[in-house]
Amino acid sequence: MSHEHEAPIQRTESPDSAKKEWPLYEVFVRGKRGLNHVHVGSLHAADDATAMQNARDVYTRRNEGVSIWVVKAEDITASSPDEKDPLFAPAGDKVYRHPTFYSIPDDVPHM
Amino acid sequence: MTATDPGTEVLEQQFDEVIARHDRIEPRDWMPEGYRKTLVRQIAQHAHSEIIGMQPEGNWIARAPSLRRKAILLAKVQDEAGHGLYLYSATETLGVSRDQLTEMLIEGRQKYSSIFNYPTLSYADVGTIGWLVDGAAICNQVPLCRTSYGPYGRAMIRICKEESFHQRQGFELLATMMRGTDEQRAMVQESVDRFWWPALMMFGPPDADSPNTVQSMAWGIKRNTNDDLRQRFVDMTVPQAEALGVTLPDPDLRWNEERGAHDFGQPDWDEFMQVVKGNGPCNRQRIAHRRRAWEDGAWVREAATAFAESGLSVR
Repeated sequence: MSHEHEAPIQRTESPDSAKKEWPLYEVFVRGKRGLNHVHVGSLHAADDATAMQNARDVYTRRNEGVSIWVVKAEDITASSPDEKDPLFAPAGDKVYRHPTFYSIPDDVPHM
Repeated sequence: MTATDPGTEVLEQQFDEVIARHDRIEPRDWMPEGYRKTLVRQIAQHAHSEIIGMQPEGNWIARAPSLRRKAILLAKVQDEAGHGLYLYSATETLGVSRDQLTEMLIEGRQKYSSIFNYPTLSYADVGTIGWLVDGAAICNQVPLCRTSYGPYGRAMIRICKEESFHQRQGFELLATMMRGTDEQRAMVQESVDRFWWPALMMFGPPDADSPNTVQSMAWGIKRNTNDDLRQRFVDMTVPQAEALGVTLPDPDLRWNEERGAHDFGQPDWDEFMQVVKGNGPCNRQRIAHRRRAWEDGAWVREAATAFAESGLSVR
């Protein structure tokens, strides 16, 4: 993140391991068979196994899914919003990739 | 905000355009510092409210009158924890860490809803909290599903889906007691008498005394004013109270034909300010409890970290 923290905390005396936060995981849930996994949120956990356990408790308390992926947020590579225009430009000027580019007579069926 | 960067003006214009077309701002977008700070304050306060809100009801889990009520209450309190976690995650996308948020709460540098500084004195309060407090929360939260900050809106959508169970279980609990003995009916009325005004305070001070509202609405963070939402809540609640057979403790409450809405009295705003400042009936207790849970749980967090780092944990 490029943002400054709002208010740096004066931390009290404690061992090093207590200061270190658990890593952030992103959670993806497959709502039902036949659907993609969809990002539903994030959580902190010490390791992959507890991340999975926590994801079940936090994001599927009401049968919201049949399958869960948990991924460490730091392992995700994301496109940057700053380079949004150049990154997606190659798709922008290729209107012939869309079916609506082609005009077909109205009386031709099933097109 | 420093405007020396030649790119800032362009970024600000892009931000304004996104807001103007009611599109959403996402975490890695540029945003004005004031927007970010307002969001951190509001979402964190909301998250803290969910977490502190576990206490007044958690107080009754071990004394629930039946296994059915106990299972319901456990599920509800667990939901509140979940809601807090969704909202903490949303806050973290703005560059504040989870530990910082917890520490700002227990050091009193961030606030939570004043409603949770009132005690729960009887089991009827579990019902009243579900009906009135969660009912007021729903009024506040439904419009926030369309808030301009993406992660906040998505958290609100999840929360609103679950909040409906909270309100309905509360109403059903009270309805069950109202069908019981005179003593039970009196318990319900006494509980409603205590929670009605604090519930109205949940919408915040009157618009004239809410200086941040205009900017928050311009940024699309808030969608309605405090007074609008309060009015909506009163209009929704009056017929529910009639169905229950309880009296709302406001002598000025009556239908206004001309306005097509209820007239009602104002809560004691001096009391509200006192509670916000930390002088409510349970402020110290709530924070002390949260601090104790945080400090007593430190060894668990440390042990889990040590185990993860030992390489023994299953991948």
